[in-house]
Amino acid sequence: MVNFKVNGTDRSFDGDPDMPLLWYLRDDLRLTGTKFGCGAGLCGACTVHVDGLAVRSCQTLVRTLQNKQVVTIEGLSPNGNHPVQRAWSTFNVAQCGYCQVGQIMQAASLLARTPNPNDQDIDRAMAGNICRCGTYQRIRAAVKAAAKERA
Amino acid sequence: MSAIQNVSRREFLGSVFSTGAFVLAVQVVPRSAWAQAAPFRTQAESSPLNPSVYLGIRPDGSVFIVTHRSEMGTGIRTTLPQVAADELEADWSRVTIEQGIGDPRYGDQNTDGSRSIRDFYEAFRHAGASARAMLVTAAAAHWSVPESECAAQNHEVVHTPSGRRVGYGALVPAAAKLGVPKGEMLKFKPRAAWRFVGKDTSIYDQRDIVNGKARFGLDIFREGMVHASIEHPPVLGGTIRSVDDSVTKGVKGVQRTVRLDTFKPPHLFQPLGGVAVIADSTWAALKGRRQLKIEWNDGAHGVFESEAFKKELLSTVQKSGKVHRNLGNVDTEFARGGKILEATYYTPLAAHASMEPPAAVAEFRDGKVTVWAPTQDPQTVQDVVAGAVGVDKKDVTCHVTLLGGGFGRKSKPDYCAEAAVLSKQLGKPVKVIWTREDDIRHDYYHAAAAVYHKASVDGRGKPTAWLQRSAFPPIASTFAAGAREPLGFELDLGLVDLPYDVANIRAENGPADAHVRIGWFRAVCNNFHAFAAHSFADEMAQAAGRDPLEFLLDLLGPGKTIDLKAQGVDYSNYGAPIEKHPVDTRRLRRVLAIAGEKSGWGRKKSGGGWGLGIAAHRSFNTYVASVVEVQVDVRGGIQIPRIEQVVDAGVIVNPDRVRAQMEGSAVMAVGLARTGEITAAGGRIQQSNFNDFQVPRMNDAPRQVNVHLVESDALPTGVGEPGLPPVLAALGNAIFAATGRRVRELPLSRLKLT
Repeated sequence: MVNFKVNGTDRSFDGDPDMPLLWYLRDDLRLTGTKFGCGAGLCGACTVHVDGLAVRSCQTLVRTLQNKQVVTIEGLSPNGNHPVQRAWSTFNVAQCGYCQVGQIMQAASLLARTPNPNDQDIDRAMAGNICRCGTYQRIRAAVKAAAKERA
Repeated sequence: MSAIQNVSRREFLGSVFSTGAFVLAVQVVPRSAWAQAAPFRTQAESSPLNPSVYLGIRPDGSVFIVTHRSEMGTGIRTTLPQVAADELEADWSRVTIEQGIGDPRYGDQNTDGSRSIRDFYEAFRHAGASARAMLVTAAAAHWSVPESECAAQNHEVVHTPSGRRVGYGALVPAAAKLGVPKGEMLKFKPRAAWRFVGKDTSIYDQRDIVNGKARFGLDIFREGMVHASIEHPPVLGGTIRSVDDSVTKGVKGVQRTVRLDTFKPPHLFQPLGGVAVIADSTWAALKGRRQLKIEWNDGAHGVFESEAFKKELLSTVQKSGKVHRNLGNVDTEFARGGKILEATYYTPLAAHASMEPPAAVAEFRDGKVTVWAPTQDPQTVQDVVAGAVGVDKKDVTCHVTLLGGGFGRKSKPDYCAEAAVLSKQLGKPVKVIWTREDDIRHDYYHAAAAVYHKASVDGRGKPTAWLQRSAFPPIASTFAAGAREPLGFELDLGLVDLPYDVANIRAENGPADAHVRIGWFRAVCNNFHAFAAHSFADEMAQAAGRDPLEFLLDLLGPGKTIDLKAQGVDYSNYGAPIEKHPVDTRRLRRVLAIAGEKSGWGRKKSGGGWGLGIAAHRSFNTYVASVVEVQVDVRGGIQIPRIEQVVDAGVIVNPDRVRAQMEGSAVMAVGLARTGEITAAGGRIQQSNFNDFQVPRMNDAPRQVNVHLVESDALPTGVGEPGLPPVLAALGNAIFAATGRRVRELPLSRLKLT
């Protein structure tokens, strides 16, 4: 039995030891904000926070989460008004929107550790998150704006 | 065209038209024709004041606007309602947008060909203007004043002389009793009074997207639903020889496996066949699938080797092909013995790789099917699902979710048919989910193409005769088994409509076999036709030692509309009437001139690893010029600090979304050019995921894309696709400017620049 928290709620799991966090979140908890994009840790669509760090939930097994805190987009902020979410709206970043939750979770984690990222920091942190619509320049602008707001 | 005689008209109308060849005229279906149909399908329709299938108003003043086109990232779900809301003089905050199900009463719903705005701008204007007129009439009657003294203003009607006002909601009961005004009686707002059209408006789903609440196809759950993951034949048309699913069935959560028949050719939008693993959860289905042991019969396409195929295409275009445009006589001109330039270009197969892989939920119950899917065309879902499970089209309901990208892939609903077939067999709702590997290996690919160009040039380097010849596995092959020649519209995408002012032009096409499914990919054949033609134009400029921009303007001539019909070309013009949307080289000249100005063209000398490249292309009735700036380092690494995109799409409804499309198209074009390559060996696709089919990422995408919108009163046209083709050529031209190396073959990852 593995005990952990998801968005502050206690959860316990004793299912398939191979179960990736992604499918546990989506199918079992119906937290569908976290997306499936590649299943191989290559695209970042499934990014969530584990103990504050951005991880790929498709590559994170639920059984490794003992005593960990998992935060998904649904738990990032009480009213969906995290500075990163607000910046995403200000810059109209999303096109189709599918990857943006992963982008937002990645950016929020970046800013938590690097409050004032430069272009290189942003490249390094965000290069693992693919946006097929090509919204990268707006993502960059939104990350910078969110950093400013937090400062 | 004999090869496609066995394609029925229904299949045509249900599917191909997408790319714009045979678009049905927009029909604003008269109320009388649809009001009898029950039950109400939308809140718009169940509203008392409902002058159009797209719009309804309730007595509490709430406005419902239906978007029948699919949202895959262009913003159309917001943009068309903006048009109606503007004419209605609505308060945007009181507008609720509803997504239409598949229903012919909405007119065409195939969301591709960059034509939602072009084809439905008028219909949505009419919807808004009709409702406004009825509300004004009702208010005037209520006050017993002439209508001419009343005006609609932000969700109210105002009696101008007295200043009295009444809200739209209060007027609904009376307005609903009035007849819907005839289209020709409607008065539209003057441009100066537009409140939403031409203004940046955030997309309707923005908040849901950033909160993770937006619902895509993958996010649909139904009571009692099972999950299915399907191992498809690795070679197109392959069949199962044997299956050992004993280990699979032992995986916890796996319920069973189901064999799916391989389609009978042509493949159309039919399921590919294979073995479905049915499970309690997505994870169990995926895990169980890995344990399948399947032997396949590969069938005829097992011979497909993409390297050999490339050589075939390159050789095909060296030989005479079928003539599709013949202006003057290129042969006479070539025989004069002047200077001749020749070049052959090649672009590979490519995959769409939308971030949301294909997924659908279907529920078969009592002879009826309900489908929830991220689809670009719910009416085609109805057709294909009906055919797959043997019910009437009217017994298939298709709900359209948000699409996690589409780019043309999600016009083909094979994955919806898979879900329906499984649901019928299992008697339960089924969610089919494709993995990324499924998506990359079993796409309807962007065709590989070879394009040959030859020109004789005069003393100033200008062509006196221009021959172009393309060969590519055609989209026609998706509709007619073994088709080796394109449907006409495929050549209308950048081949026969070469816009340059040359006295002798011949356009030819050679045959090619399709060994994989070929479909339309954002901008379709324009990508390779434009890459080749505008690279070749740059080659001519460089050969003459002339500035490429100055040369292009000279090549276009003073500017005119090109009458292709007079040249014997049956040009489909993206399904638009040529009188309304002519091929107008003045507009190409204008976007080029603006691109020159905005990019600082000519201010800095190219060379030494730095350079600018330029190209302009008309596609989907829209004109775009691109300037790409490249920096090539000593190891041959290519950086793209900046791209300038100049777009003339007539009247712009939502400038911010047009900019977004131009930004995204530039990024996608760069990705296609750099690493967009699908290869095959033994009929099997060799790529599988984002490690080996690479798409742009933050660190290698163009750093800055600046978009410039041409202010225009011309009819509005689309922007989803036209931003892509000119970037491909401009990028190649920039690399030449920077390095002296001509790019005639994509992807660039195969090119050694050092």
